[in-house]
Amino acid sequence: MEGLLSLAVKAIFVENLALSFFLGMCTFIAVSKKISTAIGLGISVMIVQAITVPANNLILNNLLAPGALAWAGFEDVDLTFLGLISYIGVIAALVQILEMVLDKYFPPLYNALGVFLPLITVNCAILGGSLFMVERSYDFAEAATYGLSSGFGWALAITAMAGVREKLKYSDIPDGLQGLGITFITAGLMAMAFMSFSGVKL
Amino acid sequence: MAHKRKEMLIDPLVDNNPITLQVLGICSALAVTSSLKVAVVMAIAVTLVTAFSSMFISMLRNHIPGSIRIIVQMVIIASLVILVDQMLKAYAFEISKTLSVFVGLIITNCIVMGRAEAFAMKNPPLDSFIDGIGNGLGYGLILMLVGTIRELFGSGSLFGVTILETVNNGGWYVPNGLLLLPPSAFFIIGLIIWAFRSWKTNQVEEREYKIQTVEAH
Repeated sequence: MEGLLSLAVKAIFVENLALSFFLGMCTFIAVSKKISTAIGLGISVMIVQAITVPANNLILNNLLAPGALAWAGFEDVDLTFLGLISYIGVIAALVQILEMVLDKYFPPLYNALGVFLPLITVNCAILGGSLFMVERSYDFAEAATYGLSSGFGWALAITAMAGVREKLKYSDIPDGLQGLGITFITAGLMAMAFMSFSGVKL
Repeated sequence: MAHKRKEMLIDPLVDNNPITLQVLGICSALAVTSSLKVAVVMAIAVTLVTAFSSMFISMLRNHIPGSIRIIVQMVIIASLVILVDQMLKAYAFEISKTLSVFVGLIITNCIVMGRAEAFAMKNPPLDSFIDGIGNGLGYGLILMLVGTIRELFGSGSLFGVTILETVNNGGWYVPNGLLLLPPSAFFIIGLIIWAFRSWKTNQVEEREYKIQTVEAH
């Protein structure tokens, strides 16, 4: 339990997907102009991340890992090279299913997230989360924790960024830095702030 | 026609750069630039994947139903990335370890998807291939620029060869440790965008709010 808690804190603050691994940067920069949309996107990323990472963990351990197909009589089959294509398939399918479920049972939430859901398929934070799970060989409980907390960390980062940008638009910025340029520099300063967590040990 | 193709190749380098103007493919641009060697490998990988995926998608463009095109594009891109990943693991294992998840992340690199969606779905294969190379090179240019600055000033070397003798090795140069850390990439790209836009002033974004001086009455 303690291990899971420290994993969660690490995933949210120290190894924040957006600010220390730069994952999901395209959406991070593009959709952080208003706090309300940023929160909507953040929540949908968190939901998708919390589902896909454990789902991909199951697929890896039960279908792709060396010897995982022993139950079907293929003891020495190693399908790990199919990893990338399976993960992105799972992500695309899950996003589609989530979209349909939300549309049917939670229409208000669907309308709020609507535009962002399909975009999440190509958000690197989602695929990145699954790939980190593989690289660090998490077990199922760890994968579930990591999925939820890294999604939360991403949501936190984009919301904070949107907050800064809402104020920033009133400031007097040199012409060339207007828009994209100053957004990058702001993100850099935020990343430095998040780095101060790196000394925290649990 | 030949002239147009040349333009397609040169245009994404500065005038329509994927990173500084189209805001595509930023994730990996920031993460893999702490040393030049890795940046070069990444740039080559992305250029190849973009070029070939654009070509294949363009070949199939009349057969892909609109509703499932994203999935089809994904499958083509993912297969190419798997090829790149396996090649790197076989012939450049050290570099593939440093790149870790970022090779896999080429799949979701918006440059690849963006060019597939915006260009390859509407143009013939050869044009799409050239467009892919052009955009890959535009991406590589920024990657190399950032990589050069970070490696030269962060550890005093280029491609692992010492250029500025650091204090630790008895030289004179005090390396700037900040440049090896993630946030520096943001600053450098921000400054590169500033430089590009001061040069090409038509790329400057509109202000949402103008600061007005109130005249005294």
